[in-house]
Amino acid sequence: MTATTAQDQIRETIEKNDVVLYMKGTKAMPQCGFSSRVAGVLNYMGVEFVDVNVLADADIRQGIKDFSDWPTIPQLYVKGEFVGGCDIVTEMTLSGELDQLFETKGVTFDKAAADKIRAANA
Amino acid sequence: MAVTDEIGERLRVAFAPRDLSVVDESERHRGHAGWRDGGETHFRVTIRAEAFAPMSRLQRHRAVHAALGSDLIGRIHALALEIEG
Repeated sequence: MTATTAQDQIRETIEKNDVVLYMKGTKAMPQCGFSSRVAGVLNYMGVEFVDVNVLADADIRQGIKDFSDWPTIPQLYVKGEFVGGCDIVTEMTLSGELDQLFETKGVTFDKAAADKIRAANA
Repeated sequence: MAVTDEIGERLRVAFAPRDLSVVDESERHRGHAGWRDGGETHFRVTIRAEAFAPMSRLQRHRAVHAALGSDLIGRIHALALEIEG
């Protein structure tokens, strides 16, 4: 029963919120370098997102891995769609694909900030 | 077998990569969450193989996860992947 509840809870969270980051820790206090990097990118780009701390709930921690069929945390969802983990989000930020995704999905973000990240990593 | 070699072997068998590097970065994460004495917790894999060419980013990562297997992935704490077709 617990597993079903976690799956339902995850489905509801990603359907109700445009951008959701499953992470270790919170956006204010990340507990892992990889989670910290993705939260940092979203914060810097001024993206409004919901953070779900998997360390606070063992069922959600395992549940999100099963839900996405993805073995690692963090995991980013945009408009109910799984985007990827730290490596993919980083690559997409630098290539501009993340901007495109946000534009396509109608998610507000600061384009100038995204350009700054790219300039700093060029 | 060391985990580094195990990762390398599974990826070589699965993808016949033209380029592959598996680096145990555990020492760089000393004291961080998931780190344990003796290392073999944090890995960085760079792989280039023809097999990845037609795949999306998600598909590439999923293919690597599948090749490594959940048992191996379950034994390590972190896996950074750089995959090219």
